[in-house]
Amino acid sequence: MTVIHDRPGNPAAGDADRPIGYGRIQRKEDPRFVRGQGHYIDDMVLPGMLHGAILRAPVAHARLVSIDTTNALAHPKVLAVITGKDLLALKLAWAPTLSADVQAVLVTDKVRFQGQEVAFVVAEDRYAARDALELIDVEYDLLPPVIDARKALDPDAPLIRDDLEGRTDNRIFDWEIGDEAETEAIFAAADVVVAQEVVYPRVHPAPMETCGAVADFDAVSGKLTLYETTQAPHAHRTLFAIVAGIPEHKIRIVSPDIGGGFGNKVGIYPGYILAVVGSIVTGKPVKWVEDRSENLMSTSFARDYIMQGEIAATKDGKILALRTSVLADHGAFNATAQPTKNPAGFFSIFTGSYDLKAAFCKVRGVYTNKAPGGVAYACSFRVTEAVYLVERMVDILARKLDMDPAELRLKNFIKPEQFPYANKTGWVYDSGSYEEAMRLSMKMAGYEELRREQAEKRERGELMGIGVAFFTEVVGAGPRKHFDIVGLGMADGAELRVHPTGKAVVRLSVQSQGQGHETTFAQIVAEELGIPPENIDVVHGDTDQTPFGLGTYGSRSTPVSGGAVALVARKVREKAKLIAAAMLETRPEDLEWEKGRWFVKGDPGAGKTIEEIAMAAHGTMTLPEGIDGNLDAEVTYDPPNLTFPFGAYICVVDIDPGTGHVKVRRFIAVDDCGTRINPMIIEGQVHGGLTDGVGMALMEIIEFDEAGNCLGGSFMDYLIPTAMEVPDWETGFTVTPSPHHPIGAKGIGESATVGSPPAIVNAIVDALAPYGVVHMDMPCTPARVWEAMQGRPRPPI
Amino acid sequence: MQISMTVNGSEVVSDIEPRVLLVHYIREVLGLTGTHWGCDTTNCGTCVVLMDGQPVKSCTVLAAMAAGHDIRTVEGLATAGTLDPVQQGFMEEHGLQCGFCTPGMMLTARALLDKNPHPDDIEIRKAISGQICRCTGYATIVRSVQWAAAHPAGAVADVAATDEVLEGTDTVIPDVADAEVKA
Repeated sequence: MTVIHDRPGNPAAGDADRPIGYGRIQRKEDPRFVRGQGHYIDDMVLPGMLHGAILRAPVAHARLVSIDTTNALAHPKVLAVITGKDLLALKLAWAPTLSADVQAVLVTDKVRFQGQEVAFVVAEDRYAARDALELIDVEYDLLPPVIDARKALDPDAPLIRDDLEGRTDNRIFDWEIGDEAETEAIFAAADVVVAQEVVYPRVHPAPMETCGAVADFDAVSGKLTLYETTQAPHAHRTLFAIVAGIPEHKIRIVSPDIGGGFGNKVGIYPGYILAVVGSIVTGKPVKWVEDRSENLMSTSFARDYIMQGEIAATKDGKILALRTSVLADHGAFNATAQPTKNPAGFFSIFTGSYDLKAAFCKVRGVYTNKAPGGVAYACSFRVTEAVYLVERMVDILARKLDMDPAELRLKNFIKPEQFPYANKTGWVYDSGSYEEAMRLSMKMAGYEELRREQAEKRERGELMGIGVAFFTEVVGAGPRKHFDIVGLGMADGAELRVHPTGKAVVRLSVQSQGQGHETTFAQIVAEELGIPPENIDVVHGDTDQTPFGLGTYGSRSTPVSGGAVALVARKVREKAKLIAAAMLETRPEDLEWEKGRWFVKGDPGAGKTIEEIAMAAHGTMTLPEGIDGNLDAEVTYDPPNLTFPFGAYICVVDIDPGTGHVKVRRFIAVDDCGTRINPMIIEGQVHGGLTDGVGMALMEIIEFDEAGNCLGGSFMDYLIPTAMEVPDWETGFTVTPSPHHPIGAKGIGESATVGSPPAIVNAIVDALAPYGVVHMDMPCTPARVWEAMQGRPRPPI
Repeated sequence: MQISMTVNGSEVVSDIEPRVLLVHYIREVLGLTGTHWGCDTTNCGTCVVLMDGQPVKSCTVLAAMAAGHDIRTVEGLATAGTLDPVQQGFMEEHGLQCGFCTPGMMLTARALLDKNPHPDDIEIRKAISGQICRCTGYATIVRSVQWAAAHPAGAVADVAATDEVLEGTDTVIPDVADAEVKA
């Protein structure tokens, strides 16, 4: 059915037509971006600014024998060359990671991954700094590397972390959750059990803007101003205080416009610390911006989970239990960004969207001689891996039972009346209407017609696949009592000031990387107070100007800061009520709110607008007792639970039987993120995540050779979808508001990245069913698809 | 060495090292930071500028090679304070998120529309296929360029464009054909 909608928000529209609050409005940040006036880290120029460059290790595992910096220091434009030895003297050679490990800022003892930081040059310009890297002589004594995570705990495996006292092997952690005995009992008695190894390979978020920093240390005041590409400026401030020993009130972190983050810009990288050291040493501002290879080879990768999945069911397709054992490759340092109590992130949501009798999961984390990281690339703290596992396993079960994969899912969904639903691994899903979303996606896709088309094509030997995936996300960490990062509770603040003329400023702890926070959060205030969004400025990304909070990752901005902003606006509204009552010479309880105005119940003509109240709050009238002037408020929001967005995705692929080339012909995505603030921005978030999914399913991988050389170290090797590889997305939505969130919103930033890879792989495996293929590991490159069609084992990329 | 070229309609003359890349020249010597730098290997296209009207990746053009040529950057898209329809289209149709690839995408779109004022979607996708966007998934970029094609320079956008929206979905069929164009 097609309907005609007015599209409100056209800037040329009259004010009267403009929606206040939720709806499709243009983004407030766009006018500067389309003029090329965004202000990214590399656009920053400070007076007297110097440039830093990092010398990186060419090998994966080697003892550092010597570094000779004489020739580099002799370069006429070089001001400083900093090595690990210098940092040891400053007690800065090692920095704490976000997972309670330590990471070398510069190598002091041995190299532990290719691309690791070895020395830092500070020079007058960008080119001279790079030239000087070539003048540093380093001698390495090569050691055998650990590259394959499966061999990391072999008895003869080289010990990577000999810097850690008492460490005798490469184990980082063993973690488990669920009832192992109960799960085993159900598996033992089940009609049908299928098992499959499912590998989620190492990939990289690769934002278009790489990471960088400009450090400006003022020796007189002792104040450090650090401009850096960070998604979490406040957490960085605290960590820098701990790492560098600079008092926290003397640190200002500024996160300017960020050219994409996707989790890549959560951690503190050695380059940021080195820029600070460079500024302290030279007394001048120092800029460091990595190049693309540095970004791909040294900053936070994502995934790298080897998962053994098992699913148990009755013969008529009732899923009973899930079980998995995971080997997690964390690289050379455990620097993954995740809540302290969750070493495998939120992977335990691997029970998916299904009503199970039992589940058990165990995860083992190991060190390897590869770059550190693991939680990044819009993964919602490992929900990507969890959803991929369960959605592959359900499809494999469907094949085994000879059931339609959509039908199998519909039969096993948690039902709306079961919410709040406590799953078998400790989560309480807040709300859901899974069947509704699944049915809508099938209707949009024309599912039955697609199956008919597929059957006809199979008759003709053509390879067409239809992939179904359903996901439940878990985002918005957290309740602070359950979730912290390095001891900092995961709550977020918001401050709102309404100026005398009724224009407002809202200050946030979270930081946009392109998600449109300046628009979305203004719309939340607008909805609550009736002030038009264009009259509300959003301030973020500067720790001297914003309240404390943990930042933007794990799709937590709307679930956490969105709650904070709604509550702070309501606080202002209540204050405005008291002032309005005084203005109208009536009792507050006699007033009623309509958007933008308090009025006397039963007498709509007698009222005061928020603008009139704001002027009065700053004026000369006698204010009610307890109101000391102004129309400001602040809150810190500690969410009572996480939120659980969900969605139903259907992918249609065509495969060229001659080449194994996969074409994603259609992709239908139905998302439910609860209350929708700006549908245009939501759609954009979904589109971006779906494209990530095509990338991971078909082309993206960071691989290593046996010596530990990174094989995905440039965009010539690390392939990302272009406009030619993705279809025109078909998106739809259902709305199931979160019952505990102040405005019912759930977050949308990562849903599509989580949900799309299994839909695509399921479609590919479905297309290859005539060849007996039941599973393929990503990325499904033409070579791998073609080999699978020949019944041969997986070739290298 | 001394080079001179035209950048956004103005003659510029500079003394530079012969090895300086055009992207660094534009950003650091001319201070036009709307042109971005993303990969060094001519893969991502965030550095795209127009050289004599053709999109080029300025990370793999030496500034010296641009000498004597006409360069147009994102800062030169708007004329006399009026946005190019491409710029307006990107705002209308959510063709950008983080904004980093956007200048390059818009310049390629401008070059396409100069040659082909009414491209179909595939032609737009081909035109931008040498450029990467990590945020948008491209569909909204295609819509943005179509918006620009339907609203050529000198025309003012119809204020109340009504687009077809598939009910219960986000799928918008842009109302480009029927847009009322006012002089």
